[in-house]
Amino acid sequence: MDNLESMYTDIIMEQSTATYNKHELDNKTDSEHGHNPSCGDDITLEIIMDGDKISDLAFTGHGCAISQASTSIMIDVLKGKSKDEALKMISIFLKMVKREEVSEEELDSIEDARALQNISNMPARVKCAELAWYTMEKLLEKN
Amino acid sequence: MTNYEIRKDFPIFDGDKIAYLDSGATTQRPKQVIEAVDNFYRTANANPHRGAYELSIEATNIYENARKKVASFINSPSPEQIIFTRNSSESLNLIAYSYGLNNLKKDDKIVISIMEHHSNLVPWQFVSKKCGCLLEYMYVNEEGLLTDEEIEKKIVPGVKIVGITQISNVLGTINDVKKIVKKAHEVGAIVVVDGAQSVPHIKTDVQDLDCDFLVFSGHKMLSPLGIGVLYGKKELLNKMDPFLFGGDMIEYVYEQETTFAPLPAKFEAGTQNVGGAVGLAAAIDYINSIGMDTIKEIEEELTKYLFDELSKLDFVTIYGPKDLSKKAGVISFNINGVHPHDVASVLDSVGVCVRSGNHCAQPLLRSMDIDSTVRASLYMYNTKEDIDKLINGLNKTYDMFKKWIKK
Repeated sequence: MDNLESMYTDIIMEQSTATYNKHELDNKTDSEHGHNPSCGDDITLEIIMDGDKISDLAFTGHGCAISQASTSIMIDVLKGKSKDEALKMISIFLKMVKREEVSEEELDSIEDARALQNISNMPARVKCAELAWYTMEKLLEKN
Repeated sequence: MTNYEIRKDFPIFDGDKIAYLDSGATTQRPKQVIEAVDNFYRTANANPHRGAYELSIEATNIYENARKKVASFINSPSPEQIIFTRNSSESLNLIAYSYGLNNLKKDDKIVISIMEHHSNLVPWQFVSKKCGCLLEYMYVNEEGLLTDEEIEKKIVPGVKIVGITQISNVLGTINDVKKIVKKAHEVGAIVVVDGAQSVPHIKTDVQDLDCDFLVFSGHKMLSPLGIGVLYGKKELLNKMDPFLFGGDMIEYVYEQETTFAPLPAKFEAGTQNVGGAVGLAAAIDYINSIGMDTIKEIEEELTKYLFDELSKLDFVTIYGPKDLSKKAGVISFNINGVHPHDVASVLDSVGVCVRSGNHCAQPLLRSMDIDSTVRASLYMYNTKEDIDKLINGLNKTYDMFKKWIKK
């Protein structure tokens, strides 16, 4: 399987056009805007925190298939997690796409976000996958 | 010479592994340029304008001869009106700082086209904020063209600076700079022409255009990175303050006062990029050996082929002029419903190099209500086979994505 096919898998393609996480939240408790100036990808994350827990999370914006899929998958896996759990998963995800060392258990812990592991083979696109996760990190650090 | 013969001079195309369609970003270099730069560092390198020894004098002569070559290439009345910079952006910043900040007053107007690259836009925002002037835009019509009405409407008394790109780096639109210059001069404005996309491709004569400033980058015309040009009218350059201060741009330096060197040294602080100037001179020799007319013919034929082939793809939207007499070899397009970065990644996998994104022209794209485009840009070494590879790659992309595209 070449790099391209290993990146544009069915799960990525499906998530890149999925809309169930793409909307505003009525009772959001906070939001954060993320932008890649070099490519124009632009997302806004909205969150509802219930104490320490991410009780709801959604996004609006636009970007390439990788950035959209990464955002949607991130929302799937972080929803319901505590702030600390989420920050840990974000850090593992960011290490994974940058090809830094991550253990098998760590990869398991980020659940479906593992599907983006092969992005690390395409350095030109790593920042597309990272955008949502860095934005989420900023959002959580404020909360 | 044909493009197939020209191509053989470019080592990067050995083995024909890539279809390089990103010359609008930077061109490739022929061996004649690479060898000229190599030869300079092997045989003639020294700090110009400083040493009293033979090698330094040789480096100085080489540098000043490069200036003469550039002057003659754009028909500058004299070599000292050619200032070497790093690139077009630096040239434009020089004009904004040294001319703009010192000559504009509150409520003066600066008019630029919406097609400007950020480098001919952001400096004018800075100047207008500092001076309290107004920055206004000439907008394009649905075909990406500046109409006479728009030019007449925007370039009016009170306008002091007009900034215009000769060829749009996004749409390929060829602007009628001569007409804009004439209009601007009628209302007492000076004109800054961004020649980054035009000087490498079409014969540019600054005296015929009558522009006040023209900038371009060496790396977009076969030269090494890091050498650019500012041309200016002598009376303007003479009146302007220096942009950067330091070595080699002075006459006498006292503890509290300094007098500055005459043109062009006044604007060239610090040790100059002689290697870059050597490369630019070699690039001009190379371009002249082919001939601007031949380059234009090759590019026009390829532009037509590219435009026609893209037009056959019903899943593709092309932006900019449809009248190819007003369009250079720069074509922006999208596969409907597929993001340009995804298109570029698939094209990359089949060896096709294109640009994707906003092309440093966010206001233009915003005005067209699009986020980004794929851009293919051509030069004299491209071939129909490069374009065929692009078209095949686009078909592959569409096949991969079509079942996911939301109508």
